[in-house]
Amino acid sequence: MSNASKPDNQIDQLSKKFDQFETMLNGSKGSIHETRKAAIAHFLKNGFPTSKNEEYKYTDLDKAVSKTIDFSLEPNASEFGASELEFGKIKDLDAYELVFVNGQYQTEQSSVPNLDGVIITDFKEALSSDSDVIKNHYSKYASFEKDELVALNTGFSINGSVIRIKKNQTIDKPIVLRYINSVVNDQTQNHPRNLIVAEESSSASVIEIYGDVGDHVSFTNEVTEIVIAENSQLDHYKLQLNSNKAFYTGTTQVMQASSSRFRSYTFTVAGSIIRNNLNVDQDGEGCETHMYGLYLLNGNSHVDNHTTVDHKKPNSYSNELYKGILDDKSKGVFNGKIYVRPEAQKTNAFQSNKNILLTVNAIVNSKPLLEIWADDVKCSHGCTTGQLDEEALFYMQARGLSKDSARSLLLYAFATEVLETVEIEPVKAYLEKIISDRLH
Amino acid sequence: MLKINNLHASIEDKQILNGINLKVKPGEVHAIMGPNGSGKSTLASVLAGREDYEVTEGQADFQGEDLLEMSPEDRARAGVFLAFQYPVEIPGVSTINFMKTALNQVREFRGQETLDAVSFLTFMKEKMKLVEIDQSLLSRSLNEGFSGGEKKRNEIFQMAMLEPKLSILDETDSGLDIDALKIVANGVNKLKKKDNATIVVTHYQRLLDYIVPDYVHVLYNGRIVKSGTKELAQELEAKGYDWIKEEADATTA
Ligand SMILES: Nc1ncnc2c1ncn2[C@@H]1O[C@H](COP(=O)(O)OP(=O)(O)OP(=O)(O)O)[C@@H](O)[C@H]1O
Ligand SMILES: [Mg+2]
Repeated sequence: MSNASKPDNQIDQLSKKFDQFETMLNGSKGSIHETRKAAIAHFLKNGFPTSKNEEYKYTDLDKAVSKTIDFSLEPNASEFGASELEFGKIKDLDAYELVFVNGQYQTEQSSVPNLDGVIITDFKEALSSDSDVIKNHYSKYASFEKDELVALNTGFSINGSVIRIKKNQTIDKPIVLRYINSVVNDQTQNHPRNLIVAEESSSASVIEIYGDVGDHVSFTNEVTEIVIAENSQLDHYKLQLNSNKAFYTGTTQVMQASSSRFRSYTFTVAGSIIRNNLNVDQDGEGCETHMYGLYLLNGNSHVDNHTTVDHKKPNSYSNELYKGILDDKSKGVFNGKIYVRPEAQKTNAFQSNKNILLTVNAIVNSKPLLEIWADDVKCSHGCTTGQLDEEALFYMQARGLSKDSARSLLLYAFATEVLETVEIEPVKAYLEKIISDRLH
Repeated sequence: MLKINNLHASIEDKQILNGINLKVKPGEVHAIMGPNGSGKSTLASVLAGREDYEVTEGQADFQGEDLLEMSPEDRARAGVFLAFQYPVEIPGVSTINFMKTALNQVREFRGQETLDAVSFLTFMKEKMKLVEIDQSLLSRSLNEGFSGGEKKRNEIFQMAMLEPKLSILDETDSGLDIDALKIVANGVNKLKKKDNATIVVTHYQRLLDYIVPDYVHVLYNGRIVKSGTKELAQELEAKGYDWIKEEADATTA
């Protein structure tokens, strides 16, 4: 065996990739490049999180990635057809939309408004126009020192979106960010970066959609930073419509000011390994946070949802409901942290994680963690994991329903509790269809 | 219509039914009474097809078919209806939605046309009147948070919808106030036809004043130890079960 034939490991590949990235940027590195360099250095030093990292105990990304992802490959950047461009497009949804395939912004497919109240741009363009939003907010919330995946994303941040909702504005249509992986010919990797700023007393909905077209492996490592100023409301959706060969890691980092409301909706229907980090900082009084999640897994899918709500100031509220249906040999992880700081008196915080296991081989690890330093608070959490209710099945069969329809009716009913929280009708209808097809 | 012969059943190796014999003909009403734990609900469950129970001996024949061989749903479709003593709560499924799915599967099995949304609603309204049940109740999650009486009324509503041949009402009267009892009994009576039969499981004579039985049976230790006419129910109401237990224990001893 000669030394020359030994392939680079993932870290070497990414180190070389970063050099190429810098060459490619050439003269237009932009104001954020020092941050990128610091972030990539941090990543290259620490590598992908392993199961030794308490936060990644059940999801060893190092192991998963090293077996499957070749970071030396250059993803196909131009040869896509309608199947990629149309994937995940929601019927009847009137929206502003940015479309990306393999990380590349698709101008033709995107529809960006020319409005006074909101500025929606792709990240590259925002960088080249020296956007104030980037200057003031980029990498201020999602700390690359705390998480290697955030570091990796920050190092390569160039594709994605920058959204600014101006003061006192309510945006009339949802804003869709659609990230499609074209994996028809070979695997692909990308690092979407989104920055969403809702200024004082504004209101908007942002829907991120992720999907794969083709049979190869995809790797997506996304970071979204969200800033919600006083009296503002932001709804944030993640529809993960990936294939069962997708590796997806993502961090949504949210900063809430007083009297703001944030609602998060995470729907996952497949994926080889999916890891979602959702961290909400309530940095003001009277904040309201809702977090909803639904994961329907089969095959060998592994889906890990880590959420944190940090109550820092008084009179705030958070409510979390995550539900999962796990078939075959799929695995679910739920880790929900609630912090109530000493100052955060009169906090109400609720959390619930419920799972149905359809086989003896499906597993869930559910771990709530409440740390409460204030004394005048109301907090509760509960997690249940069980099989489908046999009593209910029999009751339904005894009224003439086939076992299969009884089963899908029960599962659908289980999912409904999360589904019905979706207020945008076409999105709800779209998800209902996917879910009911899956449960039959 | 129904012929039960020497039926034995057990659960988790505990023998509960010890040789039940019962014949029910079309048009008849049979009442089954008996002390707590004697096996009344077990008998009802075995007839409806609950898989937790193992039939260890005996047969049950329904309209010439081997009932025990049929799946629970096929029994329901063939015309067996069990009104549960403890109706199950099913969050997220409304009674209306549930009944729509159930009724159409039942109708398909019976070779009847399935109902579209409009005809279903018309049909449902008609049955609602029969048991005086409110539509708002039926739009809610099935039995979830229903009062005891509402649950029982919902059972009879479902029975009306599915138009069974053989109805088994397991303590449908318990938890009902006097007015509700009359309404439910009235509903059952209106649904009675020459070609269908009813088995009522009850502890109280008062229900049998409204739904008048042709036969009354006493179940004790998993056996029918005494059968008679409606006067037997009155006698039990007056004297309790001790005399029957003594008689039965004397013959088995
Ligand atoms: N899953 C089970 N495991 C063990 N024993 C059971 C089980 N289900 C029922 N039994 C027992 O079977 C016996 C008969 O129960 P059943 O419910 O049929 O009585 P019943 O006549 O309907 O009583 P009631 O008048 O109180 O409704 C009881 O002793 C009961 O405890
Ligand atoms: Mg009983």
